[in-house]
Amino acid sequence: MSHISPVLWEFLTNWLKNSPLFPPEASTIAPYADALYFFLLAITVIGCLLVGGLVIGFSVRYRKERSPEATQIEGSTLLEATWTLIPLGLFLVAFVWGALLYFRIYNPPPNAMQVYVVGKQWMWKAEHPGGQHEIDALHIPTGRPVQVTLISQDVFHSFSIPAFRVKREAIPGRYTTVWFQATKPGTYHLFCTQYCGTQHSGMIGQIIAMKPDDYRAWAASSTSGSSLAQNGERLFASLGCNACHTGSPTSRGPNLAQVYNTRIRLQDGSTAVADEAYLRESILNPSMHIPAGYAPIMPTYQGQISEDGMIDLVEYIKTLHSNNRIQQTLNTTQLSSTQTNGVTPTASGVVKP
Amino acid sequence: MSSTNTIVVLPDQSTAQLPRKNYLNQEYGLKSWLLTGDHKRIGLLYLFSITFFFFIGGAFASLIRLELLTPASDLMSPDTYNKVFSMHGIIMIFLFLVPSVPATLGNFFLPIMIGAKDLAFPKLNLLSWYLYMAGGIFILSAMVLGGVDTGWTFITPLSTHYVNTHVVTAAMGIFIAGFSSILTGINFIVTIHRMRAPGMTWFRLPLFVWGQYATSILIVLGTPVLAITLVLVALERTTGIGIFDPTKGGDPLLFEHLFWFYSHPAVYIMILPGMAVISEVVSTFSRKRIFGYTAVAFSSVAIAVFGFFVWEHHMFIMGVSNYSALVFSLLTMLVAVPSAIKIFNWSATLYKGSITFEAPMLYAFGFFGLFTIGGLTGVFLGTLGMNIHLTETYFIVAHFHFVMVGGMLMAFLAGIHFWWPKMTGRMYPASVSQLAAVVTFIGFIFTFFPQFILGYLGMPRRYAAYPPEFQVLNVLSTAGATILAVGYLLPMLYLPWSLKYGKIAGNNPWQATGLEWQIQSPPLTENFVETPIMDHEVYDYEWLANKTAHEVETVG
Ligand code: HEC
Ligand SMILES: [Cu+2]
Ligand SMILES: [Cu+2]
Repeated sequence: MSHISPVLWEFLTNWLKNSPLFPPEASTIAPYADALYFFLLAITVIGCLLVGGLVIGFSVRYRKERSPEATQIEGSTLLEATWTLIPLGLFLVAFVWGALLYFRIYNPPPNAMQVYVVGKQWMWKAEHPGGQHEIDALHIPTGRPVQVTLISQDVFHSFSIPAFRVKREAIPGRYTTVWFQATKPGTYHLFCTQYCGTQHSGMIGQIIAMKPDDYRAWAASSTSGSSLAQNGERLFASLGCNACHTGSPTSRGPNLAQVYNTRIRLQDGSTAVADEAYLRESILNPSMHIPAGYAPIMPTYQGQISEDGMIDLVEYIKTLHSNNRIQQTLNTTQLSSTQTNGVTPTASGVVKP
Repeated sequence: MSSTNTIVVLPDQSTAQLPRKNYLNQEYGLKSWLLTGDHKRIGLLYLFSITFFFFIGGAFASLIRLELLTPASDLMSPDTYNKVFSMHGIIMIFLFLVPSVPATLGNFFLPIMIGAKDLAFPKLNLLSWYLYMAGGIFILSAMVLGGVDTGWTFITPLSTHYVNTHVVTAAMGIFIAGFSSILTGINFIVTIHRMRAPGMTWFRLPLFVWGQYATSILIVLGTPVLAITLVLVALERTTGIGIFDPTKGGDPLLFEHLFWFYSHPAVYIMILPGMAVISEVVSTFSRKRIFGYTAVAFSSVAIAVFGFFVWEHHMFIMGVSNYSALVFSLLTMLVAVPSAIKIFNWSATLYKGSITFEAPMLYAFGFFGLFTIGGLTGVFLGTLGMNIHLTETYFIVAHFHFVMVGGMLMAFLAGIHFWWPKMTGRMYPASVSQLAAVVTFIGFIFTFFPQFILGYLGMPRRYAAYPPEFQVLNVLSTAGATILAVGYLLPMLYLPWSLKYGKIAGNNPWQATGLEWQIQSPPLTENFVETPIMDHEVYDYEWLANKTAHEVETVG
């Protein structure tokens, strides 16, 4: 578009972007989304002008007073082809452009910072790997890709940040992800856009984008003392996972160290990548995929672990690079079986069956 | 391009007389209506019922717009607001838009247009009205008992486990009303296949009939899936089995797939009959055969076929596989093309016409404007990356109101104004009706255009309360809705008025070519004195001009 008249185009888009009729552009994705928006807008304006022009023009020229006689015309294959192919071509451009943007929005860069967000009626709970917990707010640094892993504890919710032009459904029982990189420090709306019951319109939060230094300061000051992985470690011990997943070759359950993001060979001959969703499924529905060489003896933990607890566990398994820690907890729990090892069995994560 | 010139002289209405015998005075009494097998009377029964439901749905719409005047939810509690928009959606979609044109105008005119005495199964037709009313009563009782607050989309697990309103009652109402559509669809398909008059070949069918045919296919194939889905929701809600509930091994996305498998085609169930009306109106008031008749006819069929393969575009942000999203986005682009073809063909029909601007034509022009905007904004939403930002916001609300209300309702009103003289034998006042068309158009733009902007700003739909920066646009929208309401109320005044005081219309007040215009108005119960023979092409204005020489036969 811009080659038609760069100055005019610049002027128009700048004017629009600074008007209150346009949301702030605060992420790296926003300008890409807006460019596509302007393209689609241009198609719409041209289409409306064309149809409006034809209808009004013909109405004036061929109104009964000026044109008492109608001339009957069958049709024209050439014209039909024209107005089939030109819209089709334009729509296909929109399709390709939109697909590229979609992949950009939903395929996170590998170095993204990880945040977990749990939606529940009617609040957003954000959990940072460092152990910072927030409700209806999410602090993020600017200039760094942030990947949000979403899940809902009850009904569908939808995680929408208009200023970043991103949105992703938070689905019960399933992880979804979205990523963004904030460009401007500021406070932006976080909306729940999927209808979720009584207080749907109250399920609003804030995205607080901070300069990296400010973010570090915030993160240091608001940590709860233990990281998600540490919480997960405690859960792992209190739920008795380490009874089978000891990491030793003779243990009844597979070795979980460094299992994250590797390809697992399953009993039925197929393979699966052990991503977050896989780890989650393995804990809630262990019989869904059984790694080759193991008996299906793992009990299901469905209904016994809250979504926050699941996130802690998954985060723990993700960070598990060796089995030293499991061995340590095993030893300590064996030594002091009555004492809880200074660790209150993290009630936060456990829902008593 | 073959071309011939035709002049059409509008008949002198002052000499027209009401025929002594017609379908309205054939029999009297409530029973003669409630047990009628006459497709025309059933059409009128539907017309009364859907108008009734339209105004209930409209009242809910007014409540929505009033609540949204201010950012806080102050007029009603969020729970009430949720019930109000749910009832608005359920009533408008299932009790108004889906049956609107097929059940009223389709019922009334489809048999006449193909030269038949009635639909293939008159009793089934009556049954479908009773089913519709039964469905309506279920939905109304859900409303009276305390309402439903799931939205018309019944999303699980919200609808199955997290609300305690009358979900099952409302779902059953929709289930029953669904069977009413299915029966109408079957009836239309069989009628079009089996009951055409001699000489009425497929390519002599008025485009209205093509549109009803495509719609019927969608109804018959799509509605059963909705019925199954609603039964599953009711089962999960009442017995607690895990179909959609993930904690019991169900799949919450399954509901979305099933629901949209019906509800996307339902969008075309709602708009195709409207397009069908537009073809008749545009041809009549420009005195031209429709440019590219076959293209317009087949584009309806193409929409009906492609319409079944795009449902996932309602789920692009729901964690579906990226590659399936690609396929569904591509198909969505393809389904947009036939609509564009129609718009261009209608515009081209005006070329070298002899155009007049009676109310039906003005409503049709309104349809052009609003449907073009509605359709093109649909492309925004079909575009994957753009969908992410726009879906679930007011952009969606604006888009489907442009298509459904701006498109379908305008077309419905165009149709009602077009065929009113035929149905009742009377004309309504010309200038007031033209005014109503213009007021509706202006009110509509004011109501829904601001919602596009709200949507891009990110305002989510179904919000009882919203951040204050969105207020200005919401006030504008509510102000527009007031104008729109005036536009809708006007016909409610002058149409009934015309029943008694309107000028006598005569057989063919618009000089239209369809078979329905060659018989008396209002028609006889058996429509035709003798089976008509279609000995000319459809939209043949030359034939009509020759025919006007000998006066049209009036039976009395
Ligand atoms: C009774 C022994 C036992 C207990 C207790 C147990 N597991 Fe397992 N686990 C297994 C076995 C055996 C497998 C492999 C077969 C299967 O998936 O059912 C497995 C598989 C897994 C896997 C998939 C690993 C892979 O390589 O595919 C994960 C993740 C896992 N368990 C996590 C846990 C967590 C977390 C807990 C505690 C909440 C736990 N397990 C408790 C025995 C157990
Ligand atoms: Cu929500
Ligand atoms: Cu919500």
